[in-house]
Amino acid sequence: MTLNSSAAPAEARKFNIDTVAHALETPDVELPWAALGLKENEFDRVVEILGRRPTAAELAMYSVMWSEHCSYKSSKVHLAQFGDKVTDAMKEHLLVGIGENAGVVDIGDGWAVTFKVESHNHPSFVEPYQGAATGVGGIVRDIISMGARPVAIMDPLRFGAIDHPDTPRLVHGIVSGIGGYGNSLGLPNIGGEVVFDSVYQGNPLVNALAVGVLRHEDIRLANASGVGNKVVLFGARTGGDGIGGASVLASESFDADKPSKRPAVQVGDPFAEKVLIECCLELFKASVVEGIQDLGAAGISCATSELASNGDGGMHVELTDVLLRDPSLTPGEILMSESQERMMAVVTPANAAAFEAIMDKWNVEYSWLGEVTDTGRLIIEWDGEKIVDVDPRTVAHDGPVYHRPFHRPTWLDALQQNTFDGDRPADGGTLRAAVLELMASPNMCSKDWITNQYDRFVQGNTALAMPDDAGVVRVDEESGLGVAISTDANGRYSYLNPYEGARLALAEAYRNVATTGAKPLAVTDCLNFGSPEDPEVMWQFAETVRGLADACQELGVPVTGGNVSLYNQTGGVPIHPTPVVGVLGVFDDVARRTPSGWRDDGQAIYLLGTTRDELDGSEWANLRGHLGGQPPVADLTAEKTLAAILINASRDGMIDAAHDLSEGGLAAALSEAALRFGVGARIGIDELCERDGIDPFTALFSESQGRAVVSVARSEEVRFNDMCTARNYPHLRIGVVDAENGALDVQGHFTLPLDELRTAHEATLPNHFA
Amino acid sequence: MPRIVVDVMPKPEILDPQGKAIAGALPRLGFTGFSGVRQGKRFELTVDGEVTEELLEQARTAAATLLSNPVIEDVTRVEVLPEGSAEGEQ
Repeated sequence: MTLNSSAAPAEARKFNIDTVAHALETPDVELPWAALGLKENEFDRVVEILGRRPTAAELAMYSVMWSEHCSYKSSKVHLAQFGDKVTDAMKEHLLVGIGENAGVVDIGDGWAVTFKVESHNHPSFVEPYQGAATGVGGIVRDIISMGARPVAIMDPLRFGAIDHPDTPRLVHGIVSGIGGYGNSLGLPNIGGEVVFDSVYQGNPLVNALAVGVLRHEDIRLANASGVGNKVVLFGARTGGDGIGGASVLASESFDADKPSKRPAVQVGDPFAEKVLIECCLELFKASVVEGIQDLGAAGISCATSELASNGDGGMHVELTDVLLRDPSLTPGEILMSESQERMMAVVTPANAAAFEAIMDKWNVEYSWLGEVTDTGRLIIEWDGEKIVDVDPRTVAHDGPVYHRPFHRPTWLDALQQNTFDGDRPADGGTLRAAVLELMASPNMCSKDWITNQYDRFVQGNTALAMPDDAGVVRVDEESGLGVAISTDANGRYSYLNPYEGARLALAEAYRNVATTGAKPLAVTDCLNFGSPEDPEVMWQFAETVRGLADACQELGVPVTGGNVSLYNQTGGVPIHPTPVVGVLGVFDDVARRTPSGWRDDGQAIYLLGTTRDELDGSEWANLRGHLGGQPPVADLTAEKTLAAILINASRDGMIDAAHDLSEGGLAAALSEAALRFGVGARIGIDELCERDGIDPFTALFSESQGRAVVSVARSEEVRFNDMCTARNYPHLRIGVVDAENGALDVQGHFTLPLDELRTAHEATLPNHFA
Repeated sequence: MPRIVVDVMPKPEILDPQGKAIAGALPRLGFTGFSGVRQGKRFELTVDGEVTEELLEQARTAAATLLSNPVIEDVTRVEVLPEGSAEGEQ
């Protein structure tokens, strides 16, 4: 096979190679550790570990592997709670927990699913299309490396203000990048979030979640066991893309006549990734690999050190055997390159020929790099000369751990006392205008313009997708067994109270999954924060992790994996703490899923839960430019009961539609349920106001938790009422589905024709971006 | 009418999936003499009247900001085609 560049023979690559022997001879050479992002104490620690100065290649490895992104050095001490607070009962469905490429959950009948959410925030700001595209590619490779077939993706996105001049660049690039990569892979994009807030202006959040499916016996863990087993790199060639810091190595004295500037972004090739998916699945099926590790951040540095330290502890690699796209790369750059669509595998010598046959079948390039040893050392050679000689654990696992100082922000008390005192529409006319304004607002408007650019139904297993509460995909075509997933976060809630904000994010994702009728089983999280060196941000982080771990314990769902993204700030101003929480639930049969919209004329509409005056942090307050007070209360006991009601009602066929109440409160839920299938309703809120002691505005706009609206067939009303009463959960009949009136009629207050509501709801994104 | 030609290529370090796909297709179709392909793009900006230095400068700015993505692409040529040049004619 001929490709667009060939690996140059080693002798043609004329570098001054900094070998281990050379490092011993020249202990006083100045190394660019600071420019590579290492702190002085960290560099000193590297010298102490090695007992000499590191070589250029070793410095490259330590600097990327000890970066915040790879080592979790600031977050580790807090993240331990996700493990500490897991009970045995929570582990019941957990086949693989935190710490592997992705967690694996048992969903019954011998099936398992693996899922994980990750961030690709910074690359997406620099180069929106490729940044977002390679974010999808990276998370999909995590799923493949567990032995699973990827079946769906989701993308929670946060942009700056909708009317800022830089926002269209990011929206267009990021949305096309996700669509371009995901659609090319043939994976349905079944949901996510889109939020606009000026705090994300210089730092958009692009999180990507992937779900994969596998049989129990197909689970694979990435480690390099078995002395004498061979190490192979396969997939795309290694190029100079995505090496931000390594340019420093290239320009600082090691080889002065090289191109000094390496682009920090990577370009993805979804068609190569599609081949890689099929090729890896065949490798697993044929049992010719002992383990597979995907190459993401830190590239070969990460793959070799992690595989070696998770296995028998040693590995020997010849780096000139790496197939290159750009023959001018230095060893350090090869070790750091983040070129996409690459994988590393461990293969027994007996299986080598079978491995090569599968590679040839899929036309995938590969190169044998070395073998597993029991020396406890990771040795990397360049044309036979030793350039790396380290204990792989010191690179992959024993990086620095920081107990960063944190303290409660001094401004928080004043913020929490500043409760919402803006306008509260009281009469029918102003309430009607308020609902229209809310539903046309950037955060509540229809996201169809974005989700229509994604393929939501490819593969034919999608049962629900945006704009329903959760994405639902079928896993087993025979039985209808399937999963539901939702991701949620509210940065404003977390800014007001990070502990409660994390609990609220989990509560909403949990409620969304239950609203479709699925039983919530497991959690993944992507924690997006500002700089950990800011003690106030660190406090927000600590509170968030504590809140999420507590909430997981209360709801009985374990965190199975995820990602931390720090340093999300611009000019010293951090983003709102944004813990994106993904919850995965299971369906015995996706055919019984509950959609979010009304369909059948005459069905009764019930509101479940209690409405309190909780407008702080709400969308309405946001529209009035107010952010202060305390977020709504997260009552997780109530959430559990509500979830049980929604799941049972789905299983027993009592309800035909269900929609959870969250941002925008009852006004948003009613509008969305009506617009979903274009079927209106007659609603009465006066009894609700009387029961809960609130005014009509609060009834419509409060964001109290633990609530949902459902539609119930007349024949099921008695049974449904009895079930809610038996569980002692507040339930109130607030109206009737009306397929004739074509309007949302809030009786005694206002009538909103659905055409008018739809026009307002759907025009916002096209007006700004089309 | 005079034309200004702008050539844009992916930066040498950056993966070029299209070029790679073409490189893979060449030998399958019997073209075995090529060891690499990189695919760029060409723009032709038509000018009414004379090409002034000012217009050429505008073209350079447009090439650097609109016609190319400076993060992943290089502008490799901004040049006036001589009047009557057959290059690029339909």
